[in-house]
Amino acid sequence: MSATHGGYYVPHGSHWPILGSIGLTTLLVGFASLLNGASGATMLMGIGVLITLVMLFGWFGTVINESLKGMYNDQVDRSFRWGMSWFIFSEVMFFAAFFGALFYARIYSVPWLAGEDVSTNQHLWPNFDADSAAWPTNGPAALGGEFSVLDPWKIPALNTLLLLSSGVTITLAHWALKKGNRGALVGWMVATVALGLTFLGFQVYEYIEAYGEHHNLTLGSGIYGSTFFMLTGFHGFHVTLGAIMLAVITIRCAKGHFSHDNHFAFEAVAWYWHFVDVVWLGLFIFVYLV
Amino acid sequence: MSTATTHDTHHAEHQSGLLRWVFTTNHKDIGTLYLLFSLLMFFVGGAMAMVIRAELFQPGMQVVDPMFFNQMTTMHALIMIFGAVMPAFVGLANWLIPMMIGAPDMALPRMNNWSFWILPFAFAMLLSTLLMAGGAPAGGWTMYPPLVLQTGDAFPFLIFSVHLMGISSIMGAINVVVTIVNMRAPGMTLMKMPLFVWTWLITAYLLIAVMPVLAGAVTMLLTDKFFDTSFFNAAGGGDPVMFQHIFWFFGHPEVYILILPAFGIVSQIIPTFARKPLFGYSSMVYATASIAFLSFIVWAHHMFTVGMPLTGELFFMYATMLIAVPTGVKVFNWVSTMWRGSMTFETPMLFALGFVVMFTIGGFSGLMLAIAPVDFQYHDTYFVVAHFHYVLVTGAIFAIMAAAYYWLPKWTGHMYNETLGKWHFWLSTLFVNVLFFPQHFLGLAGMPRRIPDYSVQFAEFNMISSLGGFAYGLTQLLFVYIVFQTIRGGAKATDQVWEGAKGLEWTLPSPPPYHSFETAPQIK
Ligand code: HEM
Ligand SMILES: [Cu+2]
Repeated sequence: MSATHGGYYVPHGSHWPILGSIGLTTLLVGFASLLNGASGATMLMGIGVLITLVMLFGWFGTVINESLKGMYNDQVDRSFRWGMSWFIFSEVMFFAAFFGALFYARIYSVPWLAGEDVSTNQHLWPNFDADSAAWPTNGPAALGGEFSVLDPWKIPALNTLLLLSSGVTITLAHWALKKGNRGALVGWMVATVALGLTFLGFQVYEYIEAYGEHHNLTLGSGIYGSTFFMLTGFHGFHVTLGAIMLAVITIRCAKGHFSHDNHFAFEAVAWYWHFVDVVWLGLFIFVYLV
Repeated sequence: MSTATTHDTHHAEHQSGLLRWVFTTNHKDIGTLYLLFSLLMFFVGGAMAMVIRAELFQPGMQVVDPMFFNQMTTMHALIMIFGAVMPAFVGLANWLIPMMIGAPDMALPRMNNWSFWILPFAFAMLLSTLLMAGGAPAGGWTMYPPLVLQTGDAFPFLIFSVHLMGISSIMGAINVVVTIVNMRAPGMTLMKMPLFVWTWLITAYLLIAVMPVLAGAVTMLLTDKFFDTSFFNAAGGGDPVMFQHIFWFFGHPEVYILILPAFGIVSQIIPTFARKPLFGYSSMVYATASIAFLSFIVWAHHMFTVGMPLTGELFFMYATMLIAVPTGVKVFNWVSTMWRGSMTFETPMLFALGFVVMFTIGGFSGLMLAIAPVDFQYHDTYFVVAHFHYVLVTGAIFAIMAAAYYWLPKWTGHMYNETLGKWHFWLSTLFVNVLFFPQHFLGLAGMPRRIPDYSVQFAEFNMISSLGGFAYGLTQLLFVYIVFQTIRGGAKATDQVWEGAKGLEWTLPSPPPYHSFETAPQIK
């Protein structure tokens, strides 16, 4: 059921959103029960994930079909563009919260714990001095035990290169798309996905290394471990999402879904990928380097 | 302005029965869903408030045990903020923005459905915690660690329901922004937009900017509790105060999310009943924008007593006081709009006037709280409770009531019962002041908030306050009666409804066609 109103496509009823709500709720109730140690929770979570995936496939499938049928005019296209831009902005703010935590800990709370400017430290943690409070730290109680950080100039630097190159390859793909060169388009897209996956592979490898005996760097390694893993972890999660979206777009490129002047989905994913890229640069500088 | 073409064939097209409401992508249906959901939550949260006031009716423990009392204060706030006030504003945005800017619908109709349909699930999840081991969350709506980490089985459900509410708000806000930037009829330039649209545009930006920050904050709580992180644990180098900073970075813009659309509503209503154009339209726009901007740099006025460095205390004190300037501009403009107007006092106008007077009282008590050295005395007392209830109940809620009376004839095609509406206003106004005004005195005298018992010198004012509370609560049943009576029937409303009403929504029939403007109107 559909109708066009003054050219602007307004769908008539959709069952995908409610399915999405059911899926997300099942997933989260399952997760919450799992955290509370209830039995059968994993199962519930699994069902939730499944429903959510069905919803995503169905919803995006519907939109792709409508787009291919030419039901979206320029104004609809602009709505999608604005929508995607502000969605990315909301993601930026999500990361901002964790960067904020990192900066606050480094600039304020850790030095204060070590007695800078305030005297509470004499009563609470008299042995925690400026030396032991030097970043990276796991706090006055040395939570998680002694640890060492990863060398930024090994895997992280390599990963920076990988992600930056993927930014280049996706731009080359975009150029190929605009020129109508499908072979090159698909080639560059495959390269982008491959770079993304390699990044993820290295990231997993790095986590394994971090958790290993040599580094003993874990989520439980005080504030350093918390900020390190939460920032890189959420970033990695976003790279994963981005890579999946890129893969879908690659298939759509191969099928010839996009034309030189009509390829919003491609651009949306490209924006998303650049966003993930920029967040990584922030991570590389503030989490690994300084 | 051209009139819209009605298009009745669509009525045959949409589904009938319950499923229509579940699958709908229509902005009016979704607006109705939001508003009814909000009304329901208003009474669920209200019932909790009644429990609180019953316990505080007399000193000593009378009705509930302290743990349950704390659950009530926590749940009451969460439900009223995220379940009653915010959805009411989104419902109004859904109904009104497309009609006000000459659009066929919201820009992203499927997502619009999802923004709404997440809410019942989120609140079912939150309310279900009342039945869990350890009870509902009881550490306050601000969820400060380490206290909140002592929550029982409810804890992850609390966090995830906040996540769901956040997803819903962000999607709703994105939809509002996109609709306003992309769906305006030709000639509807930014500076011709009705103020309700302007205030919502700015509110939507605030939402997109701060809801993700709240999501981040509660995620850190979750990982601190279950995954060994130490964001808020000093032993690991973290800091519980850090949570407060992140929370209030969300929280203060949030209180403006709860009031800016109310400013918009009042700016629509006062000109209608003063029969004069709004005084200082563009200054209203700039004032709203400056309030929104300033709201990002005042958050720590909620934390004056945590032991911030002196420069911090001073900065946040002065920045907070600065907000009074654009707020004052607004109040000045509302009053000037009425100056020498030919005023009439129908129910929407009464609520709008009540808003102007009593919101200003809340603004002044806010200014008192903004004085850092003085706040050391008032912080966490009933004075704060009085402050935010003046801005939220006689502010936000009164504006929502005003909006309901003002647009109900447009939405339903029927006039509400004016006599009953006036009764509703006067009883509400009387009792809300009996309820909240004495709390100023209690707070100044030192009665702490969020405590189920108190020493005997606070007894009289508490009893008065509770009586006002029960009466205010009962009065709201009148509102429900009036609303459903109007939906079911009543005198036919004209298209313009109010003699002085200006704006595109009043050019449409009452009730308006299923899709507001099939062809875009021309705005001159
Ligand atoms: C002139 C404008 C305002 C000023 C200067 C102001 C100032 C303040 C200050 C300093 C506090 C902290 C008091 C304390 O905890 O010791 C506070 C609390 C609060 N304000 Fe306002 N405020 C203003 C307007 C508003 C508005 C418009 C709203 C909402 C519609 C609002 C809602 C709240 C709430 C909910 C709290 C309490 C939060 C909590 O601790 O649970 N305020 N205000
Ligand atoms: Cu505030």
